Amino acid sequence: MPQVTLTVNGQTHTAEVEGRTLLVELLRETLRLTGTHVGCDTSQCGACVVHINGESVKSCTTLAVMADGATVTTIEGLAKADGTLHPMQEAFREYHALQCGFCTPGMVMSAIDLVQKHPDGLTEQEIREGLEGNLCRCTGYHNIVKAIAAAADVMHGKRTEIASAAQ
Amino acid sequence: MYDFAYHKPTSVADAVKLLADPDAKAVSGGHTLVPALKHRLNKPTALVDLSGIAEMKGIKRVGNAIVIGALTRHVEVANSAEVKAAIPALAYMASHIGDVQVRNRGTMGGSVSNNDPAADYPAAVLGLGATIHTSKRKIAADDFFLGMFTTALDADEILTAIEFPIVDKAGYAKMKNPASRYVMAGVFVSKAGGTVRVAVNGAGPCVFRQADMEAALAANWSPDAVAGIKQDPDGLNGDIHGSAEYRAHLVGVMAKRAIAAAG
Repeated sequence: MPQVTLTVNGQTHTAEVEGRTLLVELLRETLRLTGTHVGCDTSQCGACVVHINGESVKSCTTLAVMADGATVTTIEGLAKADGTLHPMQEAFREYHALQCGFCTPGMVMSAIDLVQKHPDGLTEQEIREGLEGNLCRCTGYHNIVKAIAAAADVMHGKRTEIASAAQ
Repeated sequence: MYDFAYHKPTSVADAVKLLADPDAKAVSGGHTLVPALKHRLNKPTALVDLSGIAEMKGIKRVGNAIVIGALTRHVEVANSAEVKAAIPALAYMASHIGDVQVRNRGTMGGSVSNNDPAADYPAAVLGLGATIHTSKRKIAADDFFLGMFTTALDADEILTAIEFPIVDKAGYAKMKNPASRYVMAGVFVSKAGGTVRVAVNGAGPCVFRQADMEAALAANWSPDAVAGIKQDPDGLNGDIHGSAEYRAHLVGVMAKRAIAAAG
């Protein structure tokens, strides 16, 4: 069986996998990192998004062997060791950018990649287009878009804290 | 998904040897093949992952053409300063394939070799009159796309790069399915001197050229020139996403938008 070595959230893991093992299966079932979700399993919903070498990727459509040697970040790898949330997580909480929460891990991972790829800031339209690969079925998009804009201000150093959602 | 052996060669020559096995399949980004394997639509005994072959990567300008390595991901073509400057319609097309995550993994070679009727790349390849470089020859776009999911590639032949000529004007417009984001009907137009090419994807079982529109545009390069041309729905795709008549109508609308985008 193929062996893969990858760094997940800063820790190096070596595991034996089958050729057909999906990256999301390795993360959830072998490494027990169950924050990454499987929604549609057809590359459409984005609940399974993780970062491979800093780029957002659908882990249900990536074979574990393809991630051999890669650096992977999952939702579990965002908060600091003392529990301080990543600005994107903090913004999702502040703006009530989730209802059931199933899509949230993928939304947050996609959103961070989106903000990092736009160092000069993002328009609302760019945020909406950047979320094309993530589906929310609780109709939470409006608050998700607001949360990402607020997090972008902190990630880009324009503010030190997430702006209050209270108008 | 059935299991398979996994190989990751580092040269085209080694990959060709591994693909001599008729039950082996080439893969790069895997964003078409992995979903197909999940549905058990395919049962390869081995996957030959091409992503470690350095000679199949990169974008460069060679004379009056942009040559793109087969392993180049959609995001790289979309963001390439070289492509944006020389053939902006090609960068635009790549920036609208699937979604962000698909563009981060999917490759040009994979899309073109697969020749999905609803894929974007075949329209650009045919619409620009590109030349496909393979592990053993060069093939003109007009001779490459043979039918639904069928190309001129032999089973052990690998698409290594595509040479896109730099044209005077080019534009692309598509109507995509709102759920799957696959193309319902798309049109890629280009003009190089007096030569006009119009390629239609999504509407039929395979990308095709629209000769009546090409003739009309050669005489008068403007959206109005194709306004009176009615696409025949006979032979077009009809399914739950749209009837053949609807797609035929879309071809005309997308052609006008593509010409307007080309300027």
